[in-house]
Amino acid sequence: MKALDVAGLGHVYPDGHRALDGVELAVDAGERVAVLGPNGAGKTTLMLHLAGLLEATEGAVSVGDLRIEKRTLAEVRRRVGIVFQSPDDQLFMPTVADDVGFGPANLGVKGEALRERVAAALADVGLSDLAHRPPHHLSVGQQRRAALAGVLAMRPDIVVCDEPSANLDPAARRDLAGILQRTAPTLLLVTHDLPYALQLCERAVILDAGKVVADAPTAEILADAALLARHRLELPFGFSLEAARSSLRH
Amino acid sequence: MNGAEGLFRPGDSPLHRLAPQTKVVALVVFSFAVAATDREAVWAFGAYAAILVALFWLARIPAGWIMVRSLVETPFLLLALAFPFLVGGATVEAGPLDLSIDGLWAGWNLFAKATLGVWAALLLAATTPVAALLAGLARLRCPDILLQITAFAVRYAHLTIAEVTQMRLARLARCDDPRFLWQAGALARSLGTVFIRSFERGERIWQAMAARGYTGRLPLDVGPAAASARQWTAAMGAPALAAGIAMWTAVAM
Repeated sequence: MKALDVAGLGHVYPDGHRALDGVELAVDAGERVAVLGPNGAGKTTLMLHLAGLLEATEGAVSVGDLRIEKRTLAEVRRRVGIVFQSPDDQLFMPTVADDVGFGPANLGVKGEALRERVAAALADVGLSDLAHRPPHHLSVGQQRRAALAGVLAMRPDIVVCDEPSANLDPAARRDLAGILQRTAPTLLLVTHDLPYALQLCERAVILDAGKVVADAPTAEILADAALLARHRLELPFGFSLEAARSSLRH
Repeated sequence: MNGAEGLFRPGDSPLHRLAPQTKVVALVVFSFAVAATDREAVWAFGAYAAILVALFWLARIPAGWIMVRSLVETPFLLLALAFPFLVGGATVEAGPLDLSIDGLWAGWNLFAKATLGVWAALLLAATTPVAALLAGLARLRCPDILLQITAFAVRYAHLTIAEVTQMRLARLARCDDPRFLWQAGALARSLGTVFIRSFERGERIWQAMAARGYTGRLPLDVGPAAASARQWTAAMGAPALAAGIAMWTAVAM
Protein backbone atom coordinates (compact mmCIF):
# COMPACT_ATOMS: atom_id res chain seq x y z
CA MET A 1 0.00 0.00 0.00
CA LYS A 2 1.28 3.46 -0.87
CA ALA A 3 1.55 6.26 1.70
CA LEU A 4 0.05 8.55 -0.94
CA ASP A 5 -1.61 7.69 -4.21
CA VAL A 6 -2.82 10.30 -6.67
CA ALA A 7 -4.69 8.75 -9.60
CA GLY A 8 -5.85 10.64 -12.68
CA LEU A 9 -6.40 13.81 -10.63
CA GLY A 10 -7.86 16.75 -12.53
CA HIS A 11 -8.90 20.15 -11.27
CA VAL A 12 -10.73 22.92 -13.06
CA TYR A 13 -11.17 26.24 -11.22
CA PRO A 14 -14.56 27.99 -11.38
CA ASP A 15 -13.16 30.48 -13.93
CA GLY A 16 -12.51 27.57 -16.29
CA HIS A 17 -8.74 27.42 -15.75
CA ARG A 18 -7.54 23.80 -15.80
CA ALA A 19 -4.82 23.62 -13.14
CA LEU A 20 -4.43 19.82 -12.97
CA ASP A 21 -4.89 17.48 -15.89
CA GLY A 22 -4.62 13.80 -14.97
CA VAL A 23 -1.87 13.81 -12.32
CA GLU A 24 -0.43 10.38 -11.44
CA LEU A 25 1.82 10.16 -8.40
CA ALA A 26 2.47 7.42 -5.86
CA VAL A 27 4.70 7.84 -2.82
CA ASP A 28 5.86 4.98 -0.58
CA ALA A 29 6.19 5.30 3.18
CA GLY A 30 9.72 6.43 3.99
CA GLU A 31 10.23 7.99 0.58
CA ARG A 32 11.14 11.63 -0.02
CA VAL A 33 9.86 13.00 -3.30
CA ALA A 34 10.35 16.46 -4.78
CA VAL A 35 7.57 17.92 -6.90
CA LEU A 36 9.34 20.30 -9.27
CA GLY A 37 7.76 22.69 -11.67
CA PRO A 38 7.78 26.28 -12.87
CA ASN A 39 5.45 28.92 -11.43
CA GLY A 40 1.86 28.21 -12.35
CA ALA A 41 2.44 24.50 -13.04
CA GLY A 42 -0.28 23.44 -10.58
CA LYS A 43 2.01 22.56 -7.64
CA THR A 44 0.00 24.42 -5.02
CA THR A 45 -3.31 23.13 -6.38
CA LEU A 46 -1.98 19.58 -6.12
CA MET A 47 -0.89 20.21 -2.56
CA LEU A 48 -4.32 21.51 -1.54
CA HIS A 49 -5.85 18.30 -2.93
CA LEU A 50 -3.65 16.15 -0.71
CA ALA A 51 -5.55 17.37 2.37
CA GLY A 52 -8.91 17.48 0.67
CA LEU A 53 -8.97 21.28 0.65
CA LEU A 54 -10.23 21.30 -2.93
CA GLU A 55 -12.72 18.94 -4.50
CA ALA A 56 -11.35 16.91 -7.39
CA THR A 57 -12.94 17.57 -10.77
CA GLU A 58 -11.88 14.06 -11.78
CA GLY A 59 -9.69 11.27 -10.38
CA ALA A 60 -8.94 10.57 -6.74
CA VAL A 61 -6.38 10.88 -3.98
CA SER A 62 -5.77 8.16 -1.40
CA VAL A 63 -3.72 8.50 1.76
CA GLY A 64 -2.70 5.07 3.02
CA ASP A 65 -5.87 2.96 3.00
CA LEU A 66 -8.20 5.98 2.92
CA ARG A 67 -9.61 7.54 -0.19
CA ILE A 68 -10.22 11.27 0.34
CA GLU A 69 -13.92 11.99 0.64
CA LYS A 70 -16.07 13.95 3.04
CA ARG A 71 -16.28 11.10 5.55
CA THR A 72 -12.51 10.61 5.75
CA LEU A 73 -11.42 14.27 5.80
CA ALA A 74 -10.58 14.49 9.49
CA GLU A 75 -8.31 11.43 9.47
CA VAL A 76 -6.75 12.41 6.13
CA ARG A 77 -5.87 15.84 7.51
CA ARG A 78 -4.21 14.18 10.48
CA ARG A 79 -2.18 11.91 8.22
CA VAL A 80 -1.11 14.63 5.77
CA GLY A 81 0.70 17.55 7.38
CA ILE A 82 0.96 20.57 5.09
CA VAL A 83 3.45 23.36 5.72
CA PHE A 84 2.20 26.31 3.67
CA GLN A 85 4.49 28.64 1.81
CA SER A 86 3.66 31.76 3.78
CA PRO A 87 4.01 31.34 7.55
CA ASP A 88 1.76 34.39 7.91
CA ASP A 89 -1.09 32.32 6.54
CA GLN A 90 -0.42 29.42 8.85
CA LEU A 91 0.63 30.91 12.20
CA PHE A 92 -2.34 32.73 13.64
CA MET A 93 -2.58 31.94 17.34
CA PRO A 94 -1.30 34.49 19.89
CA THR A 95 1.80 32.47 20.83
CA VAL A 96 3.98 29.88 19.12
CA ALA A 97 3.00 27.21 21.65
CA ASP A 98 -0.72 27.89 21.16
CA ASP A 99 -0.26 27.64 17.44
CA VAL A 100 1.61 24.35 17.62
CA GLY A 101 -1.16 23.05 19.88
CA PHE A 102 -3.91 24.05 17.44
CA GLY A 103 -3.74 20.89 15.30
CA PRO A 104 -3.55 18.29 18.08
CA ALA A 105 -6.27 20.15 20.04
CA ASN A 106 -8.48 19.84 16.96
CA LEU A 107 -7.79 16.11 17.15
CA GLY A 108 -9.10 16.11 20.72
CA VAL A 109 -5.73 15.96 22.52
CA LYS A 110 -6.05 17.84 25.82
CA GLY A 111 -4.29 18.95 28.99
CA GLU A 112 -0.98 17.33 29.86
CA ALA A 113 -0.89 15.19 26.70
CA LEU A 114 -1.32 18.33 24.60
CA ARG A 115 1.44 20.15 26.44
CA GLU A 116 3.76 17.18 25.95
CA ARG A 117 3.07 17.07 22.22
CA VAL A 118 3.66 20.79 21.86
CA ALA A 119 6.92 20.61 23.82
CA ALA A 120 8.14 17.62 21.78
CA ALA A 121 7.32 19.27 18.45
CA LEU A 122 9.01 22.52 19.49
CA ALA A 123 12.08 20.59 20.65
CA ASP A 124 12.17 18.77 17.28
CA VAL A 125 12.49 22.06 15.42
CA GLY A 126 14.70 23.73 18.04
CA LEU A 127 12.24 26.41 19.12
CA SER A 128 11.60 25.41 22.75
CA ASP A 129 12.86 28.74 24.07
CA LEU A 130 10.51 30.75 21.85
CA ALA A 131 7.31 28.89 22.85
CA HIS A 132 5.65 31.92 24.40
CA ARG A 133 6.59 34.55 21.82
CA PRO A 134 4.01 35.84 19.35
CA PRO A 135 4.76 34.16 15.99
CA HIS A 136 5.07 37.42 14.05
CA HIS A 137 8.06 38.44 16.19
CA LEU A 138 10.13 35.52 14.88
CA SER A 139 12.46 35.58 11.89
CA VAL A 140 11.20 33.98 8.67
CA GLY A 141 13.36 30.90 9.33
CA GLN A 142 11.94 30.53 12.84
CA GLN A 143 8.41 31.08 11.55
CA ARG A 144 8.83 28.31 9.04
CA ARG A 145 10.13 25.98 11.76
CA ALA A 146 7.16 26.94 13.95
CA ALA A 147 4.81 26.11 11.08
CA LEU A 148 6.56 22.74 10.69
CA ALA A 149 6.22 22.11 14.43
CA GLY A 150 2.48 22.79 14.17
CA VAL A 151 2.29 19.99 11.63
CA LEU A 152 4.66 17.58 13.41
CA ALA A 153 2.55 17.91 16.58
CA MET A 154 -0.23 16.10 14.70
CA ARG A 155 2.09 13.11 14.16
CA PRO A 156 1.45 13.01 10.41
CA ASP A 157 2.30 10.02 8.18
CA ILE A 158 3.47 12.30 5.41
CA VAL A 159 4.74 15.89 5.51
CA VAL A 160 4.10 18.18 2.53
CA CYS A 161 6.16 21.39 2.31
CA ASP A 162 5.32 24.15 -0.14
CA GLU A 163 8.48 26.06 -1.16
CA PRO A 164 10.06 25.66 2.29
CA SER A 165 13.30 27.38 1.25
CA ALA A 166 11.62 30.56 -0.07
CA ASN A 167 12.97 33.75 1.54
CA LEU A 168 15.42 31.89 3.79
CA ASP A 169 19.05 32.88 4.23
CA PRO A 170 21.60 30.10 3.57
CA ALA A 171 22.02 29.18 7.26
CA ALA A 172 18.25 29.01 7.89
CA ARG A 173 17.94 26.92 4.73
CA ARG A 174 20.52 24.44 5.97
CA ASP A 175 18.91 24.29 9.45
CA LEU A 176 15.53 23.54 7.95
CA ALA A 177 16.95 20.83 5.68
CA GLY A 178 18.51 19.12 8.70
CA ILE A 179 15.23 19.30 10.63
CA LEU A 180 13.22 17.90 7.71
CA GLN A 181 15.70 15.05 7.29
CA ARG A 182 15.36 14.18 10.96
CA THR A 183 11.64 14.63 11.46
CA ALA A 184 9.91 13.88 8.15
CA PRO A 185 10.76 10.38 6.89
CA THR A 186 8.00 10.57 4.29
CA LEU A 187 8.17 13.92 2.59
CA LEU A 188 6.69 15.65 -0.42
CA LEU A 189 8.75 18.73 -1.20
CA VAL A 190 6.95 21.12 -3.55
CA THR A 191 9.53 23.51 -4.94
CA HIS A 192 11.39 25.05 -7.85
CA ASP A 193 14.56 25.19 -5.76
CA LEU A 194 16.43 22.37 -7.52
CA PRO A 195 19.50 22.16 -5.25
CA TYR A 196 17.19 21.87 -2.22
CA ALA A 197 15.33 19.04 -3.93
CA LEU A 198 18.62 17.25 -4.58
CA GLN A 199 19.73 17.73 -1.00
CA LEU A 200 16.53 16.31 0.52
CA CYS A 201 14.89 13.96 -1.97
CA GLU A 202 16.13 10.84 -3.73
CA ARG A 203 13.29 11.00 -6.22
CA ALA A 204 11.71 13.88 -8.11
CA VAL A 205 8.79 14.44 -10.44
CA ILE A 206 8.27 17.40 -12.75
CA LEU A 207 4.80 18.88 -12.88
CA ASP A 208 4.07 21.15 -15.82
CA ALA A 209 0.75 22.41 -17.18
CA GLY A 210 -1.07 20.20 -14.69
CA LYS A 211 0.62 16.91 -15.68
CA VAL A 212 3.49 14.82 -14.33
CA VAL A 213 5.95 14.92 -17.20
CA ALA A 214 8.98 13.24 -15.60
CA ASP A 215 9.52 10.87 -12.66
CA ALA A 216 13.09 9.73 -11.88
CA PRO A 217 15.90 9.92 -9.31
CA THR A 218 16.49 13.62 -8.55
CA ALA A 219 20.11 13.56 -9.68
CA GLU A 220 19.10 12.13 -13.04
CA ILE A 221 16.45 14.79 -13.58
CA LEU A 222 18.85 17.57 -12.64
CA ALA A 223 21.47 16.16 -15.05
CA ASP A 224 19.05 16.35 -17.99
CA ALA A 225 19.50 19.97 -19.06
CA ALA A 226 17.20 19.61 -22.07
CA LEU A 227 14.36 18.24 -19.90
CA LEU A 228 14.77 21.07 -17.39
CA ALA A 229 14.85 23.71 -20.11
CA ARG A 230 11.67 22.32 -21.70
CA HIS A 231 9.84 22.91 -18.43
CA ARG A 232 11.31 26.28 -17.51
CA LEU A 233 13.46 24.86 -14.73
CA GLU A 234 17.06 25.91 -14.22
CA LEU A 235 19.92 25.19 -11.87
CA PRO A 236 21.23 28.34 -10.16
CA PHE A 237 24.13 30.14 -11.81
CA GLY A 238 27.43 28.45 -11.04
CA PHE A 239 25.85 25.35 -9.49
CA SER A 240 27.85 22.18 -10.08
CA LEU A 241 25.77 19.02 -9.98
CA GLU A 242 28.94 16.88 -9.68
CA ALA A 243 30.23 18.83 -6.70
CA ALA A 244 26.79 18.68 -5.02
CA ARG A 245 26.49 14.92 -5.57
CA SER A 246 29.93 14.21 -4.22
CA SER A 247 29.28 16.32 -1.12
CA LEU A 248 25.99 14.41 -0.59
CA ARG A 249 27.93 11.13 -0.68
CA HIS A 250 30.20 12.31 2.18
CA MET B 1 0.52 51.33 16.84
CA ASN B 2 3.07 48.58 17.17
CA GLY B 3 0.92 45.76 15.90
CA ALA B 4 -0.21 42.79 17.89
CA GLU B 5 1.80 43.60 21.00
CA GLY B 6 -0.88 46.23 21.45
CA LEU B 7 -0.32 48.50 24.44
CA PHE B 8 1.35 45.90 26.62
CA ARG B 9 4.44 47.02 28.54
CA PRO B 10 6.45 44.03 29.78
CA GLY B 11 7.18 44.16 33.48
CA ASP B 12 7.02 42.26 36.73
CA SER B 13 4.85 44.42 38.98
CA PRO B 14 2.09 43.01 41.21
CA LEU B 15 -0.38 44.21 38.56
CA HIS B 16 1.43 42.31 35.83
CA ARG B 17 1.29 39.16 37.95
CA LEU B 18 -2.47 39.24 38.60
CA ALA B 19 -4.54 36.69 36.69
CA PRO B 20 -6.00 38.40 33.60
CA GLN B 21 -9.61 37.45 34.35
CA THR B 22 -9.45 39.24 37.72
CA LYS B 23 -8.20 42.40 36.03
CA VAL B 24 -10.98 42.32 33.45
CA VAL B 25 -13.63 42.07 36.15
CA ALA B 26 -11.89 44.79 38.16
CA LEU B 27 -11.94 47.11 35.13
CA VAL B 28 -15.65 46.53 34.57
CA VAL B 29 -16.55 47.16 38.23
CA PHE B 30 -14.35 50.24 38.43
CA SER B 31 -15.90 51.68 35.25
CA PHE B 32 -19.43 51.11 36.55
CA ALA B 33 -18.54 52.83 39.82
CA VAL B 34 -17.15 55.84 37.95
CA ALA B 35 -20.12 56.02 35.61
CA ALA B 36 -22.60 55.81 38.50
CA THR B 37 -21.00 58.67 40.45
CA ASP B 38 -22.94 61.93 40.65
CA ARG B 39 -21.26 64.55 38.42
CA GLU B 40 -21.28 67.19 41.14
CA ALA B 41 -19.28 65.03 43.56
CA VAL B 42 -16.03 66.47 42.23
CA TRP B 43 -13.96 65.14 45.14
CA ALA B 44 -14.99 61.57 44.22
CA PHE B 45 -13.47 61.90 40.75
CA GLY B 46 -10.29 63.21 42.38
CA ALA B 47 -10.26 60.10 44.55
CA TYR B 48 -10.70 57.82 41.52
CA ALA B 49 -7.86 59.57 39.72
CA ALA B 50 -5.68 59.19 42.82
CA ILE B 51 -6.43 55.44 42.89
CA LEU B 52 -5.43 55.09 39.24
CA VAL B 53 -2.30 57.19 39.66
CA ALA B 54 -1.24 54.97 42.57
CA LEU B 55 -1.81 51.86 40.44
CA PHE B 56 0.13 53.37 37.53
CA TRP B 57 2.96 54.02 39.94
CA LEU B 58 2.74 50.44 41.24
CA ALA B 59 2.89 49.10 37.67
CA ARG B 60 5.79 51.46 36.80
CA ILE B 61 3.95 53.10 33.91
CA PRO B 62 5.33 56.57 33.10
CA ALA B 63 2.93 59.53 33.00
CA GLY B 64 4.08 60.56 29.52
CA TRP B 65 3.09 57.18 28.10
CA ILE B 66 -0.41 57.50 29.59
CA MET B 67 -0.86 61.07 28.37
CA VAL B 68 0.10 60.24 24.77
CA ARG B 69 -2.24 57.23 24.69
CA SER B 70 -5.03 59.28 26.29
CA LEU B 71 -5.18 61.33 23.09
CA VAL B 72 -7.58 58.66 21.85
CA GLU B 73 -10.35 60.45 23.78
CA THR B 74 -9.78 63.78 21.98
CA PRO B 75 -13.09 63.63 20.06
CA PHE B 76 -14.96 63.28 23.37
CA LEU B 77 -13.06 66.17 24.88
CA LEU B 78 -14.01 68.37 21.94
CA LEU B 79 -17.63 67.43 22.53
CA ALA B 80 -17.22 68.21 26.23
CA LEU B 81 -15.86 71.65 25.30
CA ALA B 82 -18.88 72.27 23.08
CA PHE B 83 -21.49 71.47 25.74
CA PRO B 84 -21.38 74.85 27.58
CA PHE B 85 -22.26 76.58 24.28
CA LEU B 86 -24.86 74.10 23.09
CA VAL B 87 -26.92 73.44 26.21
CA GLY B 88 -29.58 75.93 27.25
CA GLY B 89 -30.80 77.02 30.70
CA ALA B 90 -29.25 79.37 33.23
CA THR B 91 -25.92 80.87 32.20
CA VAL B 92 -22.84 82.24 33.85
CA GLU B 93 -20.67 85.01 32.41
CA ALA B 94 -16.98 84.25 31.78
CA GLY B 95 -15.42 87.33 30.19
CA PRO B 96 -17.12 87.87 26.85
CA LEU B 97 -18.72 84.38 26.90
CA ASP B 98 -22.11 83.28 28.15
CA LEU B 99 -21.77 79.68 29.35
CA SER B 100 -24.62 77.35 30.25
CA ILE B 101 -24.28 76.09 33.83
CA ASP B 102 -25.92 72.82 32.92
CA GLY B 103 -23.62 72.55 29.90
CA LEU B 104 -20.55 73.13 32.05
CA TRP B 105 -21.58 70.29 34.33
CA ALA B 106 -22.34 68.04 31.36
CA GLY B 107 -18.92 68.83 29.85
CA TRP B 108 -17.17 68.15 33.15
CA ASN B 109 -19.11 64.90 33.55
CA LEU B 110 -18.03 63.67 30.11
CA PHE B 111 -14.43 64.83 30.56
CA ALA B 112 -14.00 63.22 34.00
CA LYS B 113 -15.68 59.92 33.21
CA ALA B 114 -14.11 59.46 29.77
CA THR B 115 -10.62 60.22 31.10
CA LEU B 116 -10.96 57.85 34.05
CA GLY B 117 -12.37 55.13 31.76
CA VAL B 118 -9.51 55.52 29.30
CA TRP B 119 -6.93 55.46 32.09
CA ALA B 120 -8.40 52.34 33.66
CA ALA B 121 -8.45 50.59 30.26
CA LEU B 122 -4.85 51.68 29.63
CA LEU B 123 -3.86 50.23 32.98
CA LEU B 124 -5.31 46.86 31.99
CA ALA B 125 -3.80 46.97 28.49
CA ALA B 126 -0.37 48.01 29.76
CA THR B 127 -0.12 45.20 32.29
CA THR B 128 -1.73 42.34 30.35
CA PRO B 129 -0.42 40.81 27.10
CA VAL B 130 -3.05 40.40 24.39
CA ALA B 131 -2.86 36.61 24.54
CA ALA B 132 -3.45 36.62 28.32
CA LEU B 133 -6.33 39.04 27.91
CA LEU B 134 -8.03 36.68 25.45
CA ALA B 135 -7.36 33.72 27.71
CA GLY B 136 -8.83 35.67 30.63
CA LEU B 137 -11.94 36.49 28.63
CA ALA B 138 -12.26 32.81 27.68
CA ARG B 139 -12.02 31.96 31.37
CA LEU B 140 -14.90 34.40 32.00
CA ARG B 141 -16.93 32.51 29.37
CA CYS B 142 -16.92 35.25 26.80
CA PRO B 143 -18.58 33.74 23.68
CA ASP B 144 -16.11 31.72 21.63
CA ILE B 145 -16.94 33.46 18.36
CA LEU B 146 -16.14 36.92 19.79
CA LEU B 147 -12.80 35.66 21.05
CA GLN B 148 -11.97 34.15 17.67
CA ILE B 149 -12.82 37.40 15.91
CA THR B 150 -10.73 39.41 18.38
CA ALA B 151 -7.77 37.04 18.15
CA PHE B 152 -7.79 37.21 14.35
CA ALA B 153 -8.26 40.98 14.31
CA VAL B 154 -5.27 41.45 16.60
CA ARG B 155 -3.10 39.00 14.69
CA TYR B 156 -3.85 40.30 11.22
CA ALA B 157 -4.21 44.01 11.97
CA HIS B 158 -0.46 43.97 12.46
CA LEU B 159 0.07 42.32 9.08
CA THR B 160 -2.33 44.64 7.29
CA ILE B 161 -0.70 47.73 8.79
CA ALA B 162 2.73 46.45 7.73
CA GLU B 163 1.34 45.94 4.23
CA VAL B 164 -0.15 49.44 4.06
CA THR B 165 3.16 50.90 5.25
CA GLN B 166 5.14 49.00 2.65
CA MET B 167 2.81 50.01 -0.15
CA ARG B 168 3.12 53.63 0.93
CA LEU B 169 6.92 53.40 0.82
CA ALA B 170 6.74 51.78 -2.60
CA ARG B 171 4.50 54.62 -3.82
CA LEU B 172 6.80 57.28 -2.39
CA ALA B 173 9.77 55.55 -4.04
CA ARG B 174 8.06 56.22 -7.34
CA CYS B 175 7.60 59.90 -6.52
CA ASP B 176 4.00 59.79 -5.32
CA ASP B 177 3.28 62.84 -3.16
CA PRO B 178 -0.31 62.59 -1.96
CA ARG B 179 -0.45 65.93 -0.16
CA PHE B 180 -3.65 67.13 -1.73
CA LEU B 181 -7.04 65.59 -1.97
CA TRP B 182 -6.94 65.23 -5.76
CA GLN B 183 -3.76 63.18 -5.43
CA ALA B 184 -5.39 60.69 -3.12
CA GLY B 185 -6.47 58.38 -5.95
CA ALA B 186 -3.36 56.24 -5.64
CA LEU B 187 -3.90 55.91 -1.90
CA ALA B 188 -7.51 54.86 -2.41
CA ARG B 189 -6.47 52.29 -5.00
CA SER B 190 -3.79 50.81 -2.79
CA LEU B 191 -6.27 50.55 0.09
CA GLY B 192 -8.55 48.68 -2.30
CA THR B 193 -5.67 46.35 -3.11
CA VAL B 194 -5.02 45.76 0.57
CA PHE B 195 -8.68 44.90 1.03
CA ILE B 196 -8.62 42.33 -1.79
CA ARG B 197 -5.32 40.89 -0.55
CA SER B 198 -6.68 40.60 2.98
CA PHE B 199 -9.74 38.84 1.65
CA GLU B 200 -7.61 36.36 -0.28
CA ARG B 201 -5.36 35.90 2.71
CA GLY B 202 -8.44 35.06 4.76
CA GLU B 203 -9.13 32.22 2.37
CA ARG B 204 -5.55 30.92 2.59
CA ILE B 205 -5.66 31.11 6.39
CA TRP B 206 -8.84 29.10 6.39
CA GLN B 207 -7.21 26.48 4.15
CA ALA B 208 -4.20 26.27 6.46
CA MET B 209 -6.52 25.89 9.46
CA ALA B 210 -8.69 23.26 7.78
CA ALA B 211 -5.53 21.34 6.87
CA ARG B 212 -4.89 21.05 10.59
CA GLY B 213 -8.35 19.77 11.35
CA TYR B 214 -10.23 23.01 12.12
CA THR B 215 -13.97 22.50 12.12
CA GLY B 216 -15.22 25.82 13.46
CA ARG B 217 -14.18 25.75 17.11
CA LEU B 218 -10.93 27.23 18.30
CA PRO B 219 -9.38 24.97 20.95
CA LEU B 220 -8.90 27.61 23.62
CA ASP B 221 -8.16 25.32 26.54
CA VAL B 222 -4.83 27.10 26.50
CA GLY B 223 -6.36 29.56 29.00
CA PRO B 224 -4.88 30.48 32.37
CA ALA B 225 -5.41 28.53 35.54
CA ALA B 226 -8.24 29.60 37.84
CA ALA B 227 -7.33 32.64 39.95
CA SER B 228 -6.90 32.08 43.69
CA ALA B 229 -9.07 33.85 46.25
CA ARG B 230 -6.03 35.97 47.15
CA GLN B 231 -5.65 37.12 43.55
CA TRP B 232 -9.32 38.05 43.37
CA THR B 233 -9.08 39.95 46.64
CA ALA B 234 -6.01 41.85 45.47
CA ALA B 235 -7.55 42.69 42.11
CA MET B 236 -10.86 43.81 43.55
CA GLY B 237 -9.32 46.17 46.13
CA ALA B 238 -9.30 49.29 43.95
CA PRO B 239 -12.73 48.73 42.34
CA ALA B 240 -14.27 47.97 45.75
CA LEU B 241 -12.92 51.27 47.04
CA ALA B 242 -14.32 53.05 43.98
CA ALA B 243 -17.70 51.37 44.41
CA GLY B 244 -17.70 52.46 48.05
CA ILE B 245 -17.04 56.07 47.05
CA ALA B 246 -19.77 55.91 44.40
CA MET B 247 -22.27 54.64 46.94
CA TRP B 248 -21.22 57.29 49.45
CA THR B 249 -21.90 60.05 46.89
CA ALA B 250 -25.26 58.49 46.05
CA VAL B 251 -26.32 58.50 49.70
CA ALA B 252 -24.85 61.91 50.57
CA MET B 253 -26.21 63.84 47.56
